[in-house]
Amino acid sequence: MSGEAILMRNFGRSDSHTIRAYVETGGYQGWAKARSMEPTAIVDEVKRANLRGLGGAGFPTGTKWSFIPKNHTGPVYLVINADEGEPGTFKDRYLLERDPHALIEGMLIAARAINSAKGFVYIRGEYVEPWRRFSTAVREAYEAGHLGKGLDIVVHRGAGAYICGEETGLISSLEGKKGWPKLKPPFPAIKGAFGAPTIVNNVETLSHVPHIINRGAAWFAGLGTKSQGGTRMYSVSGRVVRPAVYEAPVGITLRQLIYDRAGGVTGNGRLKAVVPGGSSAAILTADEIDVTMDVDGLKNAGTMAGSAGVIVMDETVSIPEALMVVARFYAHESCGQCTPCRESTGWIYKMTRRIVEGRGQKDDLDTILDVAKRGAGTTICAFYDGAVGPYISYIEKFRAEFEGLIPHA
Amino acid sequence: MSQSQSDGAPSTSNRTPAARAGLSDPNTIVFSEAQLAEVRRLQALYPDTRGALLPVLHMAQETFGYISLEAEEYVATLFDLSPAHVHEVVTFYTLYFRERPGRHVVAVCHNLSCHLAGAPGIVAHLRQRLGIDPGETTDDGRVTFLTVECLCACEAAPMMQVDDRYEMNLTPAKLDQILRGLA
Repeated sequence: MSGEAILMRNFGRSDSHTIRAYVETGGYQGWAKARSMEPTAIVDEVKRANLRGLGGAGFPTGTKWSFIPKNHTGPVYLVINADEGEPGTFKDRYLLERDPHALIEGMLIAARAINSAKGFVYIRGEYVEPWRRFSTAVREAYEAGHLGKGLDIVVHRGAGAYICGEETGLISSLEGKKGWPKLKPPFPAIKGAFGAPTIVNNVETLSHVPHIINRGAAWFAGLGTKSQGGTRMYSVSGRVVRPAVYEAPVGITLRQLIYDRAGGVTGNGRLKAVVPGGSSAAILTADEIDVTMDVDGLKNAGTMAGSAGVIVMDETVSIPEALMVVARFYAHESCGQCTPCRESTGWIYKMTRRIVEGRGQKDDLDTILDVAKRGAGTTICAFYDGAVGPYISYIEKFRAEFEGLIPHA
Repeated sequence: MSQSQSDGAPSTSNRTPAARAGLSDPNTIVFSEAQLAEVRRLQALYPDTRGALLPVLHMAQETFGYISLEAEEYVATLFDLSPAHVHEVVTFYTLYFRERPGRHVVAVCHNLSCHLAGAPGIVAHLRQRLGIDPGETTDDGRVTFLTVECLCACEAAPMMQVDDRYEMNLTPAKLDQILRGLA
């Protein structure tokens, strides 16, 4: 399955980030069309396209937009989550650097749909070059008259914190605070940034929107599966021949992605395990890769599509060591607000480390599983649930390998 | 705050020793008129001026080299916020330095994809070449060496960030070449 490149169609051009290249290849035509559409018609079109959020949660985009209160008279904000940080994911970096106008056009259309006059684009602080590229594109869009006539865009740089990729943590950060997630309800669509109704969308999600308006919901829906339309950008890394970002219809299987697109497995050439949707997704074993890479396909396989960051491990990779690395990440990035997350991520990292270092104790694995399962679902945001995915799946699927490292296990 | 702050010395007695916290001459912690205009421009972009806090802290770090307690207090005055709020924000994020970093910051990704591609060897090589551990700065003030979480360039692992640049597909030879270019 190769399929037509939509989001990445211009990536081969060295000037793909410029407004000239974008317009030459049909850019801003979706916006031209959307300007004569009623906002509700835009929302309906995106709903019918089965576009789902591509930042991690997979929520239907049109439905999210429809949550903005109908009779609201005050400001409404459109916030773009460009705080890409899920380990194994790098697609939004490419979009910001190589096709920034697709996001701007998507924002124009989305802003019309939700009746917003102001958009904020929150770019992770480490993304200096993407930030420069995107800021230049915003200036071009102002000069071309697309922005400043109903929509203004503020480009906002983060300052280093994975939790700000969580939509309410992002809102806290945008408000000039530490990035602590907020209790829901109220959901951002009711009370979000600066107390106003707010829609938070991922970069890739909105980059699809101009194409949906241009070519129609039926076309987009037809590219995907029954419950998710379109293509998405799969970031493939780890032990593969050609680590890269690949655009494919969401019905592609994990096997096709690894072997047909990324050229197969390196290391000893034999697949051991794959993380299919960024580090927070439960790990899959080598015989679990005949799954489709859409939101529901991976959900049914007991894991998640997440941010579509695929991390491949061959048989020479130590799964306990991989879990230690992942556990270190969650321990470092826990924002500290909720006790189960703050405490468990720290202790579980220490326990995985001592197992890897040969100092594990007999009950360590059961303790980790117990702590992980008790804490799941008890915190304000999904961060800890995301950590629990790898804790449980790595240990349950590769238990013998962990036990082999524990003296007297 | 009960203690007088008139001497410009924040009450750090219960916190990091002043020298280590990098207290600088308070007289140097001031933006130029042009920068103050930029602060006001940034503040006007947000429904609440406080939204500009992170961008202004980035400006402060570029200007003063790092965010000292003095700089936190100065930025607090620009926003009519408490120094405690600014301190809370500064200490939450990884990109604000609370001590003066080296002239170059070398931040090696040690997350999963980079780990699988040999990040531990990259860290070991840098440790040996620089003679310091992650989190430290060389005695000559040339390089601050950090290990960091995923920088989202996993297709080019192992990788690191050197100041504003991503350096990808690292090898020991490439590391040496990069280090030679850091004055």
